[in-house]
Amino acid sequence: MKKKSQINPAMVFNTTPEAPQKKKFCRFRKNGIKFIDYKDANFLMKFVNDQGKVLPRRLTGTSLKYQRKVTQAIKRARHIAILPFEGDSLK
Amino acid sequence: MATKTKSTKKESVVLKDYESVIIFTPVLSEDQLKDVVAKYRNLITENGGELVHEENWGLTKLAYPIQKKSTGFYHLFEFRAASEFISKFELAFRRDERIMRYLTISLDKHALIYNTRKRNGEFNQGKKDQKQEGVK
Repeated sequence: MKKKSQINPAMVFNTTPEAPQKKKFCRFRKNGIKFIDYKDANFLMKFVNDQGKVLPRRLTGTSLKYQRKVTQAIKRARHIAILPFEGDSLK
Repeated sequence: MATKTKSTKKESVVLKDYESVIIFTPVLSEDQLKDVVAKYRNLITENGGELVHEENWGLTKLAYPIQKKSTGFYHLFEFRAASEFISKFELAFRRDERIMRYLTISLDKHALIYNTRKRNGEFNQGKKDQKQEGVK
């Protein structure tokens, strides 16, 4: 019950009344992915916007535990020049 | 006495798993690259480490310029070594002008599983499909 009440205020801002929101899920939890590879640029691109910024959990649906790992992986990828620190129109 | 305790310590050194990605300058010739890689390969084995896996990605385009170069030779070492060795290893990287960037991470159990599976080619038949279907 508590969880539901936490989700609601976000939904007020995000959803238009015509399109009811699909329930988000954490893709790592669902698919049993335990390790996020920082060398896989194509995969990490899903968690980055077109400026190269990390997307918030609110948009990707990732759970907190894996969001931490995603950001870690993205930062590592940036260090070894697999992902850019900044950029425009990456996608 | 001090030396004795040290030597016993060395024998019971716990090896940990590490992974290093190194970016070499694109200026190097093929032979030079082989030499450098061999140097670091030897450095690992000479210091009581064991090389688990090695990967050469070749000349790859960088996401942003490093030292005004837009490409680099990527090389990956996966190895087991004592934790004291890492500082030594990275010091050698920093002193080497042929290395533009490096990243060493310690591998946890999930990373190890992932790496062995990747090596066995389990992800080759299309990563996307597997991730959508779910791996258990």
